[in-house]
Amino acid sequence: MSLTNDQLQAVAHLARIAVEPDWAEALRSDINGILEQADRLDDPRLNDLEPMAHPLDQVQRLRPDEVTETDDRETLMAAAPAQENGLFLVPKVIE
Amino acid sequence: MSTSDIPHRGGDAALINASIAELRAGLAAGEYTANDLSAAFAARIETIDPSLNSLVSRVEPVEPASETGRLAGIPYVHKDIFCAKGTRTTCGSRMLADWVAPYDSTVHERLTRSGAVLLGKANMDEFAMGSSNENSHFGAVANPWDTNAVPGGSSGGSAAAVAARLVPFATGTDTGGSIRQPAAFCGVTGIKPTYGRVSRYGMIAYASSFDQGGVIAKSAEDCATVLGEMAGFDERDSTSADREVPDYAATLNDSIAGLRVGIPRQWFSEALDPAVGDAVTAAIDELRAAGAETVEIDLPDADIALAAYYLLAPAEASSNLSRFDGVRFGYRCEDPKDLQDLYERSRSEGFGAEVKRRILVGTYALSAGYYDAFYRRAQKARRLVTDHFQRAFEQCDVIAGPVTPTPAFDRGAHSDDPAKMYLEDIFTIPVNLAGLPGMSVPAGFVAGRPVGLQLIGRHFDEARLLNVAHQYQQRVDWHTRMPSLGGDSSNH
Repeated sequence: MSLTNDQLQAVAHLARIAVEPDWAEALRSDINGILEQADRLDDPRLNDLEPMAHPLDQVQRLRPDEVTETDDRETLMAAAPAQENGLFLVPKVIE
Repeated sequence: MSTSDIPHRGGDAALINASIAELRAGLAAGEYTANDLSAAFAARIETIDPSLNSLVSRVEPVEPASETGRLAGIPYVHKDIFCAKGTRTTCGSRMLADWVAPYDSTVHERLTRSGAVLLGKANMDEFAMGSSNENSHFGAVANPWDTNAVPGGSSGGSAAAVAARLVPFATGTDTGGSIRQPAAFCGVTGIKPTYGRVSRYGMIAYASSFDQGGVIAKSAEDCATVLGEMAGFDERDSTSADREVPDYAATLNDSIAGLRVGIPRQWFSEALDPAVGDAVTAAIDELRAAGAETVEIDLPDADIALAAYYLLAPAEASSNLSRFDGVRFGYRCEDPKDLQDLYERSRSEGFGAEVKRRILVGTYALSAGYYDAFYRRAQKARRLVTDHFQRAFEQCDVIAGPVTPTPAFDRGAHSDDPAKMYLEDIFTIPVNLAGLPGMSVPAGFVAGRPVGLQLIGRHFDEARLLNVAHQYQQRVDWHTRMPSLGGDSSNH
């Protein structure tokens, strides 16, 4: 199964990654090389197997619904690349 | 030895080759202080690391938080994937080049509580994606045995730093082989514990159903000491295993007579460099000489495991790495014209090529219409590979084989063909699919480059792996060999 250029651009849009034209062809060839290996999964022995999502059979633990971490807004906001009055800044969304 | 004997130019072979137990004894006897030790290793880093680039950041050593812990006063470095509050934590990426962790990972918290002293953050493949450490935003790392060779990846900086004796131990993480493969390439001992054994809290996520923290050190004995301090249940990691951690040191000296060692016949095929095969076979002979019995087992479908991993891990990565959006933390592009442009350019400029490739492969594998053909199919393959291990462990107690098909390859050798680079992981990936513990133990050299013996155990059987590795290291001295480094006279 191989990826066309239109498919690559559609996937890149979903992933919010810009694929510049000068990289697109090499990237497509790399990804198709990787997807080629996926042909090995066309193996009839796989048909009836239960998909395995996780290496350990364990149930999801629950904990009491209590606040365990205190508000540390100042520290966390300090990492923001652009902020004002404790709010994240982004380009204008609504004209 | 008096404190005046502590080396400041990296020449004291006794100190830099000492085990953690020996260093602890030296500290207890007052031969040197914790400050002397951290100063000595920091000086060695200063002298030697410029030629290796194994560290991304250095950290000013502080007094140990404990005087009596098992790691009290022992210097180390973290793979730069572990958060340590107030230290820059980059994950080898431009995306996090200036990010300072606002909290401690559980691993860091536990090592600190045990008295270990952080000296720096180790270089790595960006977001732990790579097998050569050539994917770091902070430059490639040189293999201390041969600077033309890669150190392996993704924990390449950790392995190179321990091999060069810049620190007694380093942390690492292993998603598809990232502790075992660099340990093999650099001639050091590494353990990737069972999935869930070591908390992932504060360890930057790549593929959450595979990622596991572990240790790289000079010997199995040192790995046992460090792992014992790192491992254990953590309620802040929802996949952490709620099981008691045994005293790994207590069983190191147990005899391995009668132990059944499984040899996967499919792993000694044409894919394996014959010289590597010879070294691994000689290592297995040593286990036999120590009383172990060997039995041939079947672990087929390594190619299917590889194909499954390179869909599943990217799928998980595409989800995990969606948090990097240029808004809340991390890299942000200049002058975004709208929100879409902000996301796209921040991610495109902040991530390197391999990370972007894997995000795109993962996004594709999860996208509508392809989910069943790729993702679900790969999950079934994960079951197939895990079943193979289950059957194998009906016949044996541990599995022994190669870590990698070849010794360390030259820098640049595979960098233009990702699919070829992925073949490096053919013997390590199946272990991650099944969530089993695995080790790499130095087992000789091919043309001056180290070779590793891989040991694989049942779930939560780290104690047995460490025991077998330690017994092996009582019979051979590969793990005591040290590379010859510029300006350093302590080669032996």
